[in-house]
Amino acid sequence: MSTAFALPRRQVPALSQALANTGTITARNLRRLARVPTLIALATIQPILLVVLFNYGFGGAVHVPGVTHYIDYLLPGLFVLAIGFGASQTGVAVAEDLATGMIDRFRSLPIASASVLTGRVAADAVRNLFVIGLMIAVGSAIGFRFHAGPGTALATVGLAVAAGIAFSWLNLLLGIVVRDAETAGLAGLFPIIILFFTSSALVPVATMPGWLQAFAKANPITVITDALRALCLGGPTTRPVSEALAWIGALLLITVPIAINRYRHATSS
Amino acid sequence: MGDQPAIVAEGLSKRFGQVRAVDGIDFEQPAGSVLGMLGPNGAGKTTTVRILTTLLAPDAGRARVAGLDVVKQAADVRRLIGLSGQYAAVDPYLTGRENLAMIGRLYGLGRPAARRRAGELLERFDLAAAADRVARTYSGGMRRRLDVAASLVAQPPILFLDEPTTGLDPHGRIALWELLGQLTGQGTSLLLTTQYMEEAERLADAIVVIDHGRVIASGTPSQLKTRIGGDRLELQTPPGGDPWPLAQVLAGLGTGPPVVDARAGRVVLPVTNGPALLTELAQRLATSGLQVADLALRRPSLEDVFLTLTSTPAAAAAHAPPDRADPAARADSPEPATGRTR
Repeated sequence: MSTAFALPRRQVPALSQALANTGTITARNLRRLARVPTLIALATIQPILLVVLFNYGFGGAVHVPGVTHYIDYLLPGLFVLAIGFGASQTGVAVAEDLATGMIDRFRSLPIASASVLTGRVAADAVRNLFVIGLMIAVGSAIGFRFHAGPGTALATVGLAVAAGIAFSWLNLLLGIVVRDAETAGLAGLFPIIILFFTSSALVPVATMPGWLQAFAKANPITVITDALRALCLGGPTTRPVSEALAWIGALLLITVPIAINRYRHATSS
Repeated sequence: MGDQPAIVAEGLSKRFGQVRAVDGIDFEQPAGSVLGMLGPNGAGKTTTVRILTTLLAPDAGRARVAGLDVVKQAADVRRLIGLSGQYAAVDPYLTGRENLAMIGRLYGLGRPAARRRAGELLERFDLAAAADRVARTYSGGMRRRLDVAASLVAQPPILFLDEPTTGLDPHGRIALWELLGQLTGQGTSLLLTTQYMEEAERLADAIVVIDHGRVIASGTPSQLKTRIGGDRLELQTPPGGDPWPLAQVLAGLGTGPPVVDARAGRVVLPVTNGPALLTELAQRLATSGLQVADLALRRPSLEDVFLTLTSTPAAAAAHAPPDRADPAARADSPEPATGRTR
């Protein structure tokens, strides 16, 4: 009996394989987004509620100097909140994949290993695009306008999606490290909630007590919200946008290599 | 390349903290054969499978799968293996067809080829009727079949199945055995871990028994039975009876100490000239006044091999008389064989 084990020929270069694998995993995650009730609600009802509740709940009390409609001030911060909430589900999903043995299966396949993560991030980006579009539509219905033209409107969406990519990687890392789906969900949500309410998202930092102002100014949600707001409202954008990109870049620089490395050693238990 | 073994493990070791999950495992599996890896829970079966399938790096030792080093040539190993792990690893929110097509796409099949292959496997695993339902709605058995089907998408020459029939009903178990029989009939090498003797007996050409991370015996099922020797005298107490006094009565009668299954109320004694012993046994029973509900003399089963050789703390309590340390219970069994002496 001849028992030589012939390796199947590899037909495609590594990069196109990685892209193809990422595409397959992205498709898997998009199907889930469209089928899991929690995920549907998080991508549809929740963003709408955030816009409506925060606008009518706070809008009457908060008067921001130089802003006529509170919704113009509010919406950029809500983009960040909605994306942050959504990203916490990414940690949950990767922890579930670990628990159910999906990660073992993927890791035993001859695929670009990072594609399981990049495919998740790509699907998240598609979801975020949808969520931001939905929030802009709802916001517009109650008075939101881009004040600086279509170019900066596109830049707003682009920057929000970029922030979402960084959040997704952070949550992937959390999910792989904590391994438990519920813990991963909370570990993803808590920082977002705390940072959101101590940021410029709802009220100007200048209205906060002095001790909080220092923290709020350094808060990444403030930095990213201010950049998005500058793009929406008009005015100087170079400095806030570069600061936001620096935060996003730093987050990616730290989380991406660690997440990929942890993933390569992760097994179900 | 001649008769290259499917799998060679040499001194594989892996510890997690203080626990030596795998503690120097050696074995060799010829190509095209079925190896049954038998052992109690926590024996190190799953860890061994994870090392062989490139999911875990061993702390010490080496392993080759299809002649390829599982650490240094992990990427190539993955192109030749299929794995179905301990859990049914299928996406509950994808349909059966989508699950299999996704795996096919990841193996580099084009969209139509991936769907065609998915269709074939669904047919073969009796899932065609449920092919377009999400896997969440499947029964445990269906999910398990889908999981095994997923490991076959790329027709791998070497297949690893970690407790594939755990959680299946008898019907599902037998159906899966038949499928695996067909597969190995076509030359696939299969490494199968199991806790079920019947499964190992039915499917495996060779068996390695693992306990506490070590190979404690290996051979064909019939070799293992011969190795533990002789026949088995089995005595059953009446319902609710205490088997320990029976074990006392049997002391010294057989070729080894009696093995007690307290829960089943059963004592099993290894013997050589069984028929001649029955007279002596009858006298002893009459003297003791103990009741026996059933008495049988039989050839050893693989289960006897397993119970004789393995000794988790729980099993030791269940199978050795309380006044006897566990090693004594095994003392008269033939020397614990290691897989491959080096």
